Amino acid sequence: MLTTQVLYALAGCVIVALGLRGALLHASLLQRIVAINVMGAGVFLLLIAVAYRGPGLAPDPVPHALVLTGIVVAVSATALALALARRLHAEQGDD
Amino acid sequence: MTDAMIGLVALPLAGALATLLLPRSATAVAIGTGLATTVAAGLLLFGVATQGALHYEIGGWSAGLGIALRADGLSALLLMMTALVVLAASVYASAYFSTVSERARFWPLWLLLWTSLNALFLSGDLFNLYVTLELLGLSAVALASLGGKRAAVAAALRYLLVGLLGSMMFLAGVGLIYAGYGTLDLATLARVVEPGPVAWPALAMMTAGLLLKTALFPLHFWLPPAHASAPAPVSAVLSALVVKAAFYLVLRLWLNVFANVVTPAAANLLGVLGAGAVLWGSWRALQAERLKLLAAYSTVAQLGYLFLFFPLLLALPPGPTRDLAAGGLVMLVLTHGFAKAGLFLAIGIIQQRCGHDTIRELDGTAQRLPATTFAIALAGVALIGLPPSGAFLGKWQLLAGAVETGQWLWLVVTAIGSLLAAAYIFRVIGHAFGHRPYPNQPVTVAREEWPALLLAAMAALVLGLAGAPVWKLLEIGT
Amino acid sequence: MNWDAWLPVLVVASSLLPGLVIFFLREGSHRLRTTLNLVGAGLKLVLVGILIWGVFHEHVYESRLTLAPGLDLVLHADTLSVLFVTLSTVLWLVTTVYAIGYLEKAPHRSRFFGFFSLCVSATVGLALAGNLFTFVIFYELLTLATYPLVAHRGTPEAVRGARIYLTYTLGGGMLLLIGTVWLHVLAGPTAFVEGGILSSLPTAYHPQLKMIFLLLIIGLGVKAALVPLHGWLPQAMVAPAPVSALLHAVAVVKAGAFGIVRVVYDVYGVNFADQLGLLTGLGIAAAITIVYGSVMALFQDNLKKRLAYSTVSQVSYIALGTAILGPVGTIGGIVHLVHQGIMKITLFFTAGNYAETLGIHNISEMNGVGRRMPATTLAFTVAALGMIGVPPVAGFVSKWYLGLGALEAGMATWVMPVLVTSSVLNAAYFLPVLYRAWFRDPGPAWPAEHIPAARFETSAALLWPPVVTAMLALAAGVFAAAPYSPLEWATLIAHREYGL
Repeated sequence: MLTTQVLYALAGCVIVALGLRGALLHASLLQRIVAINVMGAGVFLLLIAVAYRGPGLAPDPVPHALVLTGIVVAVSATALALALARRLHAEQGDD
Repeated sequence: MTDAMIGLVALPLAGALATLLLPRSATAVAIGTGLATTVAAGLLLFGVATQGALHYEIGGWSAGLGIALRADGLSALLLMMTALVVLAASVYASAYFSTVSERARFWPLWLLLWTSLNALFLSGDLFNLYVTLELLGLSAVALASLGGKRAAVAAALRYLLVGLLGSMMFLAGVGLIYAGYGTLDLATLARVVEPGPVAWPALAMMTAGLLLKTALFPLHFWLPPAHASAPAPVSAVLSALVVKAAFYLVLRLWLNVFANVVTPAAANLLGVLGAGAVLWGSWRALQAERLKLLAAYSTVAQLGYLFLFFPLLLALPPGPTRDLAAGGLVMLVLTHGFAKAGLFLAIGIIQQRCGHDTIRELDGTAQRLPATTFAIALAGVALIGLPPSGAFLGKWQLLAGAVETGQWLWLVVTAIGSLLAAAYIFRVIGHAFGHRPYPNQPVTVAREEWPALLLAAMAALVLGLAGAPVWKLLEIGT
Repeated sequence: MNWDAWLPVLVVASSLLPGLVIFFLREGSHRLRTTLNLVGAGLKLVLVGILIWGVFHEHVYESRLTLAPGLDLVLHADTLSVLFVTLSTVLWLVTTVYAIGYLEKAPHRSRFFGFFSLCVSATVGLALAGNLFTFVIFYELLTLATYPLVAHRGTPEAVRGARIYLTYTLGGGMLLLIGTVWLHVLAGPTAFVEGGILSSLPTAYHPQLKMIFLLLIIGLGVKAALVPLHGWLPQAMVAPAPVSALLHAVAVVKAGAFGIVRVVYDVYGVNFADQLGLLTGLGIAAAITIVYGSVMALFQDNLKKRLAYSTVSQVSYIALGTAILGPVGTIGGIVHLVHQGIMKITLFFTAGNYAETLGIHNISEMNGVGRRMPATTLAFTVAALGMIGVPPVAGFVSKWYLGLGALEAGMATWVMPVLVTSSVLNAAYFLPVLYRAWFRDPGPAWPAEHIPAARFETSAALLWPPVVTAMLALAAGVFAAAPYSPLEWATLIAHREYGL
């Protein structure tokens, strides 16, 4: 039964898979960082799907809290990763 | 005693902010915070030993959206180990870093790392665990890259990406659990989780993510470069504590929360991977040309021993024999924590004195630094698992469990691993014997050598001879 | 204060604590180091005297520390442990004096004497071990304490010899550990009880018990130098003479042999072991070692190497005695533990004297040394005659009892030839040396005369120890029937073991 909730969840899984593939296969550092962010987005989508409680009802706040925390973490981690990558690039002209 | 729990998280956090704001007196602030936090850990251990498992809900908010702090025997022991190791490494670091700018960057991150470790061990629900796991990963990466050299930065970046991958998988698992059971509280989940289409993938995802973070073979590739290029106190804490935090989570999930779900086959998989870690890690350590690489590969191997316990714990029926084995596992965790930290600190001293840590060229140095060499020898004894170290008791339980359940493979692996460890440790110690006369005092730089010596002595002597309370404490469960 | 519980701990501590202090002493503090060593040795002697008296009167001395649930570190004094402890203590005192003289101007003396004391502490702890778990712990500690002594000189050969030593002993230790763990799982805490504790186990366990015995004996046999596990012993001769003396007479080799005695008598029980057919295998291994060691000794020109192979051979007499069922054979094996110790240490002391005083390392250089160093060579002669089995030196007593025991146990057909062959071979490799020393003329100059002949032939610290131990070897034989002699004590042990 392909309700909206299930659709969102499936989409989340697909995006996670895509991100995972990207993280494992791409050689370039920047692409890997982006792929992991994509993976993160997929997980957040999954969580948002989990938060749905039914038509007209308020969604469950706990998964939303998880998503927000996850976004914050992903942003900080990406910032750190980019800073390190930039340092690496400066040291050797690497990408 | 709840004050102790809060103190364990609040004190290092406050200290981190203070060192950020007062860069010039950062060292003093940090050491002071370290002492206070260690006292808090001691109080907590005492509290758990006398009053049983402790529980505190921050702000009075109940489980669900509130943050609950929980301490039982296992977490209290790990918190004490963390406190002692970090305190000793802090004293060492106060002498290791010479410039103000290095110190200004080091102390805030260091204390943040401590905060996240403490918070992780005290967390009572999956949400909090995820947050602290992230915090731990970020501060560990930042500290690992402090060396500034290319190798360190590259290794730190790899560490970060691998860690993120692991965290995402962990978060996915957490989401699945919430979808299936509507709660994230560990104690509640332990009661309601059943084998099924929700629990299985969730456990698999979470375990996979955690195995990446705990560097179990073959997912260990990121560890040796990261630990070997980091500054000495950072390597010590990374090997001794950070990877243990992820392992602690695997332990909690498999033995407490998902106890109904795990199958012997899955446990055997962990055991096989652990065996691979023991053999591969020991072999690579034997071939290592640098001391820090040797120590890093040794960590990979020692973590393997910890995973060898899983098939045993699952094959033994719940009862005194299983508790004995579980105690042996914790004893190994504790001993390795102290021993590896002591080893890395001692190696750091050698690296600073001669500018390198190549094993083949150690001769003169080993004889000029008797206290450091002795620390390495003591740590080595604990890593090999010789008596009277705590690791001897732990390995005894591993061997006994293997005999008891008839799983002889783990016994053979343990025996070979121990002999390989003896080979690579004594390869280093052999350089301590030579013709040069010793300096007149054995201890040259007190602030650096005493922490290394004390940590190594803790592993090689104290835990082995006074370790019986560990088993008693582990009986105090949540 | 419960002295009965503290006495065993104090016996171990009397060498452990001075040792730990010595590590931190400066190289130049000779007097403090010597004082600490001798005070510790003297104190230990007093404590052991109390132990002897107490155990004879069936006092119970036991110290217990729980390391983990079900695993207790137990120090317990019974007749067998007292025998080994006394031997270790007396010989430690003598060796300390010798070592002080031998290492007169050598570097790293604090490190040496520190580990030396640790080594003796480990030996004494091993002797006093009250269960197999404790024994294994001290067995491994002994390995750790002796490694730095073998590697002491720091030359590439020394480090290499030490590494070979370590490979053998740690490997053996692992097998011993596995056997012990296995036994623990089957039978619970394996306390040493006269008569053994395993005979009450169900028959289904017997194949496992045989396997365990094999593991234990191999593990112990490495240190006891049973062929083919003896490879480390000749290599370990790179160590300074006091270390060779200690390793071969007291600590390492005896620890292995002592372990075999304990396993057969106080874990399995000699009757049960015989029932399982284990004694025959042990006896054969011992016999092969006895003959092999003696044959190899014939071909060595280096004096210390010849003595090393002689040790390989002689220590297996103890294993042989254990394999002979019956109190007489037991007495022979156990008393040889003491006798061989005293005689072999004399031989190593004298070998060290030759090397230190005259630079002699090989037998071919020993022509006429009896004229230059008469007292040393006299001590050598007494000990060598004892090894061959010439009365009235102590070695004769052991061999007599072994032969008699074999006759009584009905094993004479193969034990007697082994004993006879071994004695003949002993004569073959000792008598020529004696002939050279006394009856040949010395060459134009000694290889390297370090200590010129002054009032005595060499320094006092090097001279008195071998003379004292040679006299002890003679006394042990002549006064064998006196109370508190090694023979009388071994008889007491055998009687308590067989419940007579």
